[in-house]
Amino acid sequence: MCLGIPGQIRSISDYERKLALVEVSGVNREINIACIMPEDGDADSLIDTWTLVHVGFAMSRIDEKEAALTLELLTELGEVQAEIDAMRAAESAMEQAT
Amino acid sequence: MKYADEFRDPVRARGVLAQIEEAIDEIGATADAPVYIMEVCGGHTHAIFRYGLDKLVPEGLEFIHGPGCPVCVLPMARVDECVELAERSDVIFTTFGDAMRVPGTRKSLLQAKADGADVRMVYSPLDALEIARRNPNKEVVFFALGFETTTPSSALCIQQASQEDLSNFSVFCNHITVPPPIKALLDDPHMKLDGFVGPGHVSMVIGIEPYQFIARDYGKPIVVAGFEPLDLLQSVLMVLEQIRSGRAEVENQYSRVVPDDGNPVSIAACENVYEPREKFEWRGLGEIDHSGLKIREEYKRFDAESKFRIGYGKASRIVPEPEGCSCSDVMTGKIKPPQCAQFGKGCTPEMPLGALMVSTEGACAAYYHYGGARPELEPAQ
Ligand code: SF4
Repeated sequence: MCLGIPGQIRSISDYERKLALVEVSGVNREINIACIMPEDGDADSLIDTWTLVHVGFAMSRIDEKEAALTLELLTELGEVQAEIDAMRAAESAMEQAT
Repeated sequence: MKYADEFRDPVRARGVLAQIEEAIDEIGATADAPVYIMEVCGGHTHAIFRYGLDKLVPEGLEFIHGPGCPVCVLPMARVDECVELAERSDVIFTTFGDAMRVPGTRKSLLQAKADGADVRMVYSPLDALEIARRNPNKEVVFFALGFETTTPSSALCIQQASQEDLSNFSVFCNHITVPPPIKALLDDPHMKLDGFVGPGHVSMVIGIEPYQFIARDYGKPIVVAGFEPLDLLQSVLMVLEQIRSGRAEVENQYSRVVPDDGNPVSIAACENVYEPREKFEWRGLGEIDHSGLKIREEYKRFDAESKFRIGYGKASRIVPEPEGCSCSDVMTGKIKPPQCAQFGKGCTPEMPLGALMVSTEGACAAYYHYGGARPELEPAQ
């Protein structure tokens, strides 16, 4: 839970709420990018960059090499699958009727 | 078992290990009088066991597994309150997967769900916000736990809910902070600690400044570390080098991800939404001053504690630890997990009795999964 997972920012999905579509190990998911917004407010400049994602929030920008290394580590720790499972579970949690 | 690839660079790993050995020799540490280094973060505990680092380092070095797994330090009373909230018919209760499996006095959240409560596992508090938007007739409660790494996420969600005036969303805040328990452990006369490997991702948010007291007031070294096996070995070496040369400083081994000042946006959001509680209870460690966060008055309407009159300090009942569980002794480094009578018997990752068995970041679960093997460093290609 406390380890971040690397993701690559694909597009900005909501400028006002600072949300982006981020590819995390093959899964696309909406991620909050408020914490890594550039000072000039240009969210588009983040497209294609890598970031460390914690519970749906991009917490720091990392380079591609660091991203690859971290993904490898998380795979070995079994954390990548856990994150993907959690994202899938969340999708159905959001759709579930009451 | 071949661990060569996993060390990425066995030549460097061997080099660092040789230097660790040398430092241990020079310090004069032995199996009977080892240097005690605490890795504070549960992610580090997991990596240490996964790669068998505790067995690779010389005998004069002992890892003490710190309280840095948020699920593991969650007191039973908090779980009971979660179950109570979840069992309300007007509530959709949301939280992370690991939190659902922590045993409560009556049941875990997972059992509550099986019994019909609307408990939903989310990946992010953002999902809880979305569930609140889609279910205006329900109260959606997000159970927020975790250290400084996850605190900004719930803080930003509360700010967002406030902006949208999403009145059916609230947060049951059980966030905790890293520096106070370190201070409590350093103040404990029974604890033997010579230095710390600091949590990397916590520092990504708060920076390295909040650890200064460890070096300044207690004269102990702390090195903020990354999560690669090599990062960990290097950080251990940096701690030992400080001890060897009589220094006590805060050093940053993980500067490729951790800026010394942390992340200003996160810090601002957390300060805006949360304030420290006077004290907060930790499983196995008791109450620790200023170690928990609560939602500020300004955001009270998003605070499940005031909305449902539940939470820390609201009930006077004391909830004892389960029979035969030695979590607090493991937590404070007094015994190793297999020395607990329940280890692997009444307590397994499938059927956890204590919280240290729930998350892979818990010392007992990590020990259970990776216990025995001593890794081999293969010759370099
Ligand atoms: S084995 Fe289970 S009961 Fe014993 S200390 Fe570990 S988590 Fe607690």
